[in-house]
Amino acid sequence: MTTTDVTNGAAARIPAVGATPVTVPAGAASSETEGITRGRLVMRRFVRNRLALAGLATLVLLYLLALTSPLFAPWAYSEYDYTAFLQAPSASHWFGTSQIGEDVFAQTMRGLQKSLSIGLLTAAVSIVIASVVGASAGYFGGWVDRGLMWVVDLLLVLPSFLIIAIISPALRGDSWILFVLLLGLFAWMITARILRGMTLTLREREFVKAAKFMGAPPRTIIRRHILPNMASLMIIDVTITVGATILLETGLSFFGFGIQPPDVSLGTLIRDGSTASLTTPWLFLFSGGLLVIAVLAVNFVGDGLRDAFDPQSRGGQRRQQKKAAPAQKAAF
Amino acid sequence: MTRFLARRLLNYVALGLVATFFAFALAALTFDPVGRLQERNPPPPPSVIDAKRAELQLDDPIPARFVSWLGGAVQGDFGKTTVNTSISEELPRRIGVSLRLFLLGTTVGITLGVILGVAGAIRQYAFSDYVATLFSFVVLSTPVFLLGLLLKYAALEINSAAGAQLIVFTGETTPGFQGSFGAALLDRIQHLILPTLTIALGQIALYSRYQRNAMLDVLGSDFLRTAQAKGLTRRKALFKHGLRTALIPMATLFAFGFGLLITGGTFTERIFGWFGMGDWLVYGIQQQDTNITATVTLFVAVLVLVSGWLADVFYALLDPRVRLR
Repeated sequence: MTTTDVTNGAAARIPAVGATPVTVPAGAASSETEGITRGRLVMRRFVRNRLALAGLATLVLLYLLALTSPLFAPWAYSEYDYTAFLQAPSASHWFGTSQIGEDVFAQTMRGLQKSLSIGLLTAAVSIVIASVVGASAGYFGGWVDRGLMWVVDLLLVLPSFLIIAIISPALRGDSWILFVLLLGLFAWMITARILRGMTLTLREREFVKAAKFMGAPPRTIIRRHILPNMASLMIIDVTITVGATILLETGLSFFGFGIQPPDVSLGTLIRDGSTASLTTPWLFLFSGGLLVIAVLAVNFVGDGLRDAFDPQSRGGQRRQQKKAAPAQKAAF
Repeated sequence: MTRFLARRLLNYVALGLVATFFAFALAALTFDPVGRLQERNPPPPPSVIDAKRAELQLDDPIPARFVSWLGGAVQGDFGKTTVNTSISEELPRRIGVSLRLFLLGTTVGITLGVILGVAGAIRQYAFSDYVATLFSFVVLSTPVFLLGLLLKYAALEINSAAGAQLIVFTGETTPGFQGSFGAALLDRIQHLILPTLTIALGQIALYSRYQRNAMLDVLGSDFLRTAQAKGLTRRKALFKHGLRTALIPMATLFAFGFGLLITGGTFTERIFGWFGMGDWLVYGIQQQDTNITATVTLFVAVLVLVSGWLADVFYALLDPRVRLR
């Protein structure tokens, strides 16, 4: 459903692009058109969606809080308070302390920062791979397409969790950036498939053909004409990937296949907190709660973006459906 | 239809084999099963390490190792673990544990998910729809391991409130449990509740979202109005014409969801102390054991393969146009 809707959205924009010289990128072209630009329209729709806006605000706030917490928190994440082991939340230790006297608030903030950073970076890596693979497969077709899609199918059969779990012990001791690359390497398949499908239809459009006949090399065509026209879907997909990656990363870290000590992520915190004892819930409830809130916020943003980009999704349908609703109720 | 299904089956078998090889090669490349032996203090003599290497075939090329492992696997021998126990002996028990958990969890998940989704679509924008949507969003944002932990925590509270061990959250049965059939069944059910719920909740959330969308698409369609114009009651039209159509896109989702359960199952099994395939995978990786890892991957591949193929069969059954292909 998403695919077709987004294509419709892109199609509405295409005449403006087609009318301008081929070398002008799509964004510049639409800003020259009179009245409201598509970007502003999308922005306006997004801002009107209160849930999505709240999600975005929550996300920014959480990230800022995690980044700035060392400035105002009484304890650092690597400090030990030898006078307070396994204490419940108090004025000095806002989220309590662990068995060895670590401050749970400082640790949670550190973990939140790491988990969010990993989610955002991985989504960036994944969308780059997905757009290159998807656009190339769709644009070139033939054996390039068959080969790339076969790889996609293969990676889809193998759960990425399994592959990453196998590889990550070998990365032990390396920087967490490598872990991000590993996550990104196995998070792009479904997006690539969708982008390939869209490229197949874009390839046949006049402005792409015109560019081709004028002698533009495939790389330029993909970068200037194919990718900008799939931007809306790519933005939505980045959001979805952020949420999925945070879940995957915390899951892997929970098993010890992700972030390694002394560094912490929300996953390792929840694991350490829960293996100790369920009777000291502050050890895992705060990190768990923040994890759910963060992912929930990401999902709301993603949902809002989809509605904003896609004129036919819920936002537009709402009024029609609502009119029909009483009739349905009466029938039951 | 037979040709269509046969072709799909062949495709899945090829994919499954390559996927297993891929996992085997990755495991063989990255694992270092003798590392622990070498780190012993005092270090064991080189001859011992060489013997272990030879025993684990570590010096053979990886494709050769894979072929010899696969050759055994086809005949039902999945090789030995690094600590020299037979994988084949443990395999049926582990598969049994996992399948029991997955099948029950999936059945509950699909049934409730479809009901919730259809109800949400029929009463769109009613209060119940909002509650269901919020529930799905929250559950989908909660990782499985946290869900399991929270349920465990809730069960602890319930148990202490009731003053009795109503819900048990470790293992499959009470070790050494003796009693009549009824008591044994009750014991099993007490152990089953939480793991099944953990698996089912995520699926309910996911499927209800998709089912709601699929049902909404169908609700606005012409054929549903025609069915009612023909004289069917709304209820009959909805269930005989609407639901059937809305279930078609779901079939693929169900099947693949089942195949990919292994990830969620891994967490569930670990948290609740069930010794199934997911638990084995984590154990295999922690022990740097290529054979266990490859065996679990093969199991996953077979699961995905069978469920993917079943999706095609469902598709053919539900959608007459596919049968002609």
